[in-house]
Amino acid sequence: MSDDPVLFGLYVPPHPHPLLAPEQNKGWGELRAAYDECRRRIEESEADVIIVYSTTWPSIVGHQFQVQPEPEWVHVDDDFHFLGSMPYKFKMDVEFGNAYRDAAESRGLHARTVAYHGFPIDTGSVVALSLLNPDNRIPACIVSSNMYSNRSETIVLGKAARDALKAQGKKAVIVAVSSLSNRMFTKHVEPQDDRIHSAKDEDWNQKILEFFEDGRLEDLSQLSRDIHGQIRVQKVVAYKPAWWMAATMGQHNNYDGEVMAYAALHGSGGAVIQLTPSKGSVGDKEFDEDDVEIYRGDRNVLVTAAGDMQAPGGVDGPLDEAERPEEDEEGWRNPVEVIDDLYDEYGSTVISHAGGALGAAAGAAIAGPVGGVAASIVAKKTVGKMMSKDGAIIAEDAPSAVGAYPHARRMGNLLFISGVGPRNPEDNRIPGGPIEDGDGNPLNYDIEAQTEACIENIRIILEACEADLSNVIDVTTFLVDMKRDFEGYNKVYAKHFEEIQATRTTLAIQALPTPIAVEMKVIAKAP
Amino acid sequence: MTKGEIVLGCLAPHPPHLVYAENPDENEPVSEGGWEALRWGYARLARKLKTIDYDALVILTPHWQTYIGTHFLGCDAFKSLSVDPIFPNLFRYHYDLKVDVELSEKMCEIAGEAGIITKMMRNPDFRVDYGTITSCHLLNPDWDKPIVTVSSNRNRHYYSVEVMNEQAQALGRACRKAIEESGKRVVLIASHSLSHRHFTTEAPLPEDMSREHIYNHSQYVWDMKVIDLMRDGKMQEFIDLMPEFTEQTMAETEGGGLTWMMAAMGMPSYPAEIYGYQSVIGTGNVVACWDPNEETRELVL
Ligand SMILES: [Fe+2]
Repeated sequence: MSDDPVLFGLYVPPHPHPLLAPEQNKGWGELRAAYDECRRRIEESEADVIIVYSTTWPSIVGHQFQVQPEPEWVHVDDDFHFLGSMPYKFKMDVEFGNAYRDAAESRGLHARTVAYHGFPIDTGSVVALSLLNPDNRIPACIVSSNMYSNRSETIVLGKAARDALKAQGKKAVIVAVSSLSNRMFTKHVEPQDDRIHSAKDEDWNQKILEFFEDGRLEDLSQLSRDIHGQIRVQKVVAYKPAWWMAATMGQHNNYDGEVMAYAALHGSGGAVIQLTPSKGSVGDKEFDEDDVEIYRGDRNVLVTAAGDMQAPGGVDGPLDEAERPEEDEEGWRNPVEVIDDLYDEYGSTVISHAGGALGAAAGAAIAGPVGGVAASIVAKKTVGKMMSKDGAIIAEDAPSAVGAYPHARRMGNLLFISGVGPRNPEDNRIPGGPIEDGDGNPLNYDIEAQTEACIENIRIILEACEADLSNVIDVTTFLVDMKRDFEGYNKVYAKHFEEIQATRTTLAIQALPTPIAVEMKVIAKAP
Repeated sequence: MTKGEIVLGCLAPHPPHLVYAENPDENEPVSEGGWEALRWGYARLARKLKTIDYDALVILTPHWQTYIGTHFLGCDAFKSLSVDPIFPNLFRYHYDLKVDVELSEKMCEIAGEAGIITKMMRNPDFRVDYGTITSCHLLNPDWDKPIVTVSSNRNRHYYSVEVMNEQAQALGRACRKAIEESGKRVVLIASHSLSHRHFTTEAPLPEDMSREHIYNHSQYVWDMKVIDLMRDGKMQEFIDLMPEFTEQTMAETEGGGLTWMMAAMGMPSYPAEIYGYQSVIGTGNVVACWDPNEETRELVL
């Protein structure tokens, strides 16, 4: 059996017609039959949990996870109340819901669980769970779709589902509840007259179905923005279900796709589709949009007052407005001003605190997550102001540290540079590629590109210390795969250091803190 | 039969925070208070309402969202628990309300005759939206008058704010005609905030007022601009500006409430009574009313 935590994925429509009125229209009946077939397939599967992402559950304050153990209510749809009521009693996997929330939080999302009697579970989730799991044989988890969230948050939300499944050793069937085209008729339509709203919607729906049938889920995910612009009524900022589904299912195109039914639901495109991970399919293509592992916060394009609040290396995203520190009598203050004051007051005392300690010191003075931002601003201000003294140095253009340490420290006539890897300081990406993917599967990477980037980062740090590579006296290099990489590394090294003739030690080690193959640390002569 | 009339129009925002902060018996969560500027303003408007003779409250709410025309509540009574899907930690309210079905049917009928797509909502299991519950609780905590809820057609999403603005005006004119034909004295409620960009995180203590402020300055400037128009009695000008205002501040006016109410009241050219302005989780909220009766109209703020 495959060790993929997702057994298969389903894409199903949110409208209540297949549940409440399958007999009134042939297409609605076909959707119902497909729903019923999915129910049988779930029953026969080894699934421990059903995870539902519903586009009809919008949230605003982050993402929400339903963990009421047995939510029970009689639901009525806002538009289709005349089709009847939907009484339900579901069983939630509380343990999994909590784990999913935790996983989402660890990936930078704001997340919370809800467990309240009478919480209004949305039409899409009610329809899907009522039809797919009527006897509650398998516990479920329902996650909301944040109104403002875009691609990165949604991808990360999908990855967090995988994290939680792996952490709990569970197998899941995942369900994206969404229409294809979602343009409904704005007037009442007799059931027998239902059809897809327009020829354009029909064309696009057929295109999407073709992709699904070919198992090209990641390609669909990459097409989401086009789909949103072409056939979605603009209720929310983006068409997200393909992003969530692709991320939850591992972001590739190797699935067996089956379109089990497709029909109009009051003008919108309703489809029941199954995707099962497989070995052979169309395979991966080159993708337009980058992957994302951790959500680093809103870009806050609407905020202008606080100016540049982006920490270098993206350690701390810009502050959400609600996370601003408590106001003192002077009210909210720009971190830059606070740091100016700190600097004037403490001068080199502050400077002698490095990295995380520096952040903590500044953070204590202005409270909350501003600390991280403050640290980097302190760092920027200290650069170039203290070369005559011993102390810590943070290079504003170098990759951010992964712990509480500065990039460099001067002691007497020597500069000690912390071990540095190849991460690009602008965006944290690894030139030459990471050595493994998020699931720990090895990837093919370019050691020469990594070594080149590593030496460039050393040069940037030395420059912040008003030195350069020619000042280097001693080099220690760590490689995670000596056999594979020594030759490539040695070649690039020679290019830069042949003339300099520093002493050198090269070690093979088991792992480095990020998925990189090489790290170097140097001692240099202070200028 | 005497001709019916609109005796007051209220702009009544519905952040559940206000009910939460007040700790009424009907609401399960308990708070330490908060958002007093709005709550005190609301209390004063509620006192004014007590002095007015009226038969029913008619409310247009953006939290009953319909794509297939405009729907009207059509059962005599509803009794249930309203839980806010966004802030379930703040709002779990036990309501028990009466509906003026006769008036509701009349509005549905006249709007239909005016070419507007309409439907009566007759399902007794239907849960009344939390916008209705919040605004009505704050304006009339005794719940001693019947209400009619009018759904918010999503024409703004389906088409544009301009289309919303036109269709909501047509609906407003039809509702006025229906009210006049009904012979009833009616209070209208547009249930919504002004600028509506929310914070996406919440303070650990939701009522921690040191964390409350407008989401950004441009929202504030827009809110003040339109409040000035209200104070100056320039509602036609505000309604004309509605598309820009709504788009730039993501305003909840997108649901059509204020446009509908102003059209029903004939685009007032007299000053609104302003009862209070405050932000709630970053959104801009004003409590205001339009009193067509010159004798009772006051300068409040
Ligand atoms: Fe609202």
